Amino acid sequence: MILLTQDPLNPRSITSEVTRDRNGAIITFLGNTRRLNGDKEVLFLEYEVYEPMALKELEKIKRAAIDKWGDVDIAIAHRFGRLEIEDTSLVVAIGSQHRREGFDVCNFIVNRIKETVPIWKKEVFADGSIWVGCQSHKHSLSALHPQN
Amino acid sequence: MKLTVQYFALYRERTGVRYEAFDLKEGSLVSDMIKNIRTRHPNLAPENVDILVAVNDEYAEKDQPLSSGDSVALIPPVSGGG
Repeated sequence: MILLTQDPLNPRSITSEVTRDRNGAIITFLGNTRRLNGDKEVLFLEYEVYEPMALKELEKIKRAAIDKWGDVDIAIAHRFGRLEIEDTSLVVAIGSQHRREGFDVCNFIVNRIKETVPIWKKEVFADGSIWVGCQSHKHSLSALHPQN
Repeated sequence: MKLTVQYFALYRERTGVRYEAFDLKEGSLVSDMIKNIRTRHPNLAPENVDILVAVNDEYAEKDQPLSSGDSVALIPPVSGGG
């Protein structure tokens, strides 16, 4: 399951997608919006997505994980639009035979999402806003394909 | 050849548009497209910034040739994932 939506995410229902009788370990990661960026208070966030490409990139990440770890079940849901503090922007649920590969897969997927998937986060403060990650604005294609 | 360019996030704000049409010479590469975009939008990004481009929803190398009707998107540094 791969989902991009403006609606609130339901971690329980997303987790149920990977709950199968072969899986002894179920891991659900929630990415939540934080109130503080350094010492600056964030009022709310806006996520923008390039939907068709983001879906393709998420599918590639899922396939890469299955190629590497084999029989694991993976569900990824990312929210976009306006999010309030403490809202959940990302749910990654993994079902695996044992916990070790489940944690590894979850870590791999979240890292890859942050590197390649065309989703952008804007933090809005009382006195302005920033697109996170654009401050230095130095990036290259080679940085998108790190070694596993 | 005619191409549409999409801008997102920081680039959308800096150009003031989400979509824009360009007319390029046949045989143009991604790097030629970027030059055209930079000429039209000098404040898009500093010269030393490597602007990432996607063609038809896939990350593209700078020497990739473009075809008429390709969907080009400029991809600022991504920051999804929570």
